[in-house]
Amino acid sequence: MKTLRALLRNPQGAAGLVLCTLVLFAALFGPAIAPNDPETFHFGARFAGPSAEFPLGTDWYGRDLLSRVLVGARSTVLLALLATFIGTVAGALIGVVSGYLGGVMDEILMRLTDAVMAIPSLLFALMILAALGSSALNAVLAIGIAFAPGMARIARSVTLQVRSLDYVAAAKARGESLPWIVGAEILPNTIAPVIVEGTIRVAFAIMTLATLSFLGLGAQPPSPEWGLMIAEARDHLFRSPWPVAVPGAAIALVAIGFNLLGDGLRDVLNPKTGDHA
Amino acid sequence: MSASFLLRRLAYLALTAFLVSLIVFGVTQLLPANAATMILGEYATPEALAALNQRLGLDQPAIVQYGTWLGNALQGDFGTSLRTSQPVGPSIMAAFGRSAILAALSLAVVCVIAIPLGVIAGTRRGGPADLGLSVVSYLGVSLPEFVLATLLLVWLAGPSVGLFPASGYTPFSEDPLDALHHMALPVITLAVILTAHISRMVRSEMVDTLQSDFVRAARLRGLAKRQVIYNHALRNSMLPAITVIALDVGYLIGGVIVVEEVFAFPGIGRQLILAIQNRDLPMLQAGALIMALTYALANLAADLAYAALDKRIQYK
Repeated sequence: MKTLRALLRNPQGAAGLVLCTLVLFAALFGPAIAPNDPETFHFGARFAGPSAEFPLGTDWYGRDLLSRVLVGARSTVLLALLATFIGTVAGALIGVVSGYLGGVMDEILMRLTDAVMAIPSLLFALMILAALGSSALNAVLAIGIAFAPGMARIARSVTLQVRSLDYVAAAKARGESLPWIVGAEILPNTIAPVIVEGTIRVAFAIMTLATLSFLGLGAQPPSPEWGLMIAEARDHLFRSPWPVAVPGAAIALVAIGFNLLGDGLRDVLNPKTGDHA
Repeated sequence: MSASFLLRRLAYLALTAFLVSLIVFGVTQLLPANAATMILGEYATPEALAALNQRLGLDQPAIVQYGTWLGNALQGDFGTSLRTSQPVGPSIMAAFGRSAILAALSLAVVCVIAIPLGVIAGTRRGGPADLGLSVVSYLGVSLPEFVLATLLLVWLAGPSVGLFPASGYTPFSEDPLDALHHMALPVITLAVILTAHISRMVRSEMVDTLQSDFVRAARLRGLAKRQVIYNHALRNSMLPAITVIALDVGYLIGGVIVVEEVFAFPGIGRQLILAIQNRDLPMLQAGALIMALTYALANLAADLAYAALDKRIQYK
């Protein structure tokens, strides 16, 4: 609650929170609030500009772009959240365990994350998709795996700071088990920095997911996934700018929202000053 | 720069290159149950599968396959493309060369634009220039390359404006002007996105440096503001900027893949996408390895530049 109030006082955080709430609302209730059916062809109104009937215009089949973007929010935003969640949880666990155990295990895990981070993340996601095959869920998995090493780094550095503190020593002296110490004493301390990083990663996950779908390796037709909508619009580029501009603006808006929210959270939860965390 | 620092850094590069090659090979070749099934489809006859397995060396143990692949790759032999039946090495290197020109042009444009922008915004913190830059760079950081590229294509290459060709490539050796004309849209796309990243970093470094003690001391000594900014603050802000630019080579490589696809530019990114779509394993492995090594080399170059500019680094 304290965090939320502080976030609302921070201009970036407040703007980000409003944008992200709207986006999540659209992702959850998109099909219910869409003014038209996203798959119905209106051949009388192909490439139409914005009008009362089609608020953001139509595409080459005369499908309502606003309705398609609203319905597509589900496949873009929710899947990006899932990808970030997979990467965050896997990375945080690897980082905490590696930092807590130290020694040879830590060395091996960190050299491995180094090597994965030495590969640009889009390239790494492409390699995983090449192995797994193209589909929206595989794209989610690929992004999650590509995100994990960066998150592991952050969780590990926090763990190293916490590990030497007295209450961890006390837990060890009480004879608590390893999973208990990691789960109850160390993980809660890594949450603030991991959430900040994770929020900014959502923006990146949305952009990457849309990019993979645009390249034909993520969501498959006839999904109204935003990157795929732009890929399909390429055959009709010079007839009307709306089929590219509308999903493009949607991607940018969502990414801006999560970037703002992440920056706001960083100011509020600032792990370094630690007055709220 | 001491010899031991250089040696240590080169050894680290060799280790990274080795691990990267292991990951590239492992992910692309070993994750799927069997590459031959992937290539021939699920309904291939067992004889055809066995024959292809033998031709690709897939009947060997994984470690032998990796050894053979790495040994050949070190001699520049990346095998034969399964799509074109041509040797992979020459065609991927030619594509890499074209992409390198594209990337170098973009980086040059970015350095010329992003660093002054960041300095202006950082020295006039809170002013209209700073506010304008932060809004624009937020937009640039939140816009995927393919969206910007497609929008630029619609706007600048469309029949109404028609300023640039929509796609294609002309070699520099044939017609330098036409070559630049074809590269304009890809370079603009990459430059805008990278400028958003880098100018933000230069700005925040500039702000930090301007608040540091030695800048205040210089001002108190009565030096002109302009002199302090350019002789004291800028030089110190450049060190982190170099690291950021090197890190952004990672974004640049991702961007190059996307932009080449949008503008049908025959570079290494387009080869990689073609290889994925056609299950062309040797081409995929070669492309991924070369891109990952390029990134590792960019990081090495940044470390060396950093050490050359900041004498303290090598004693760490």
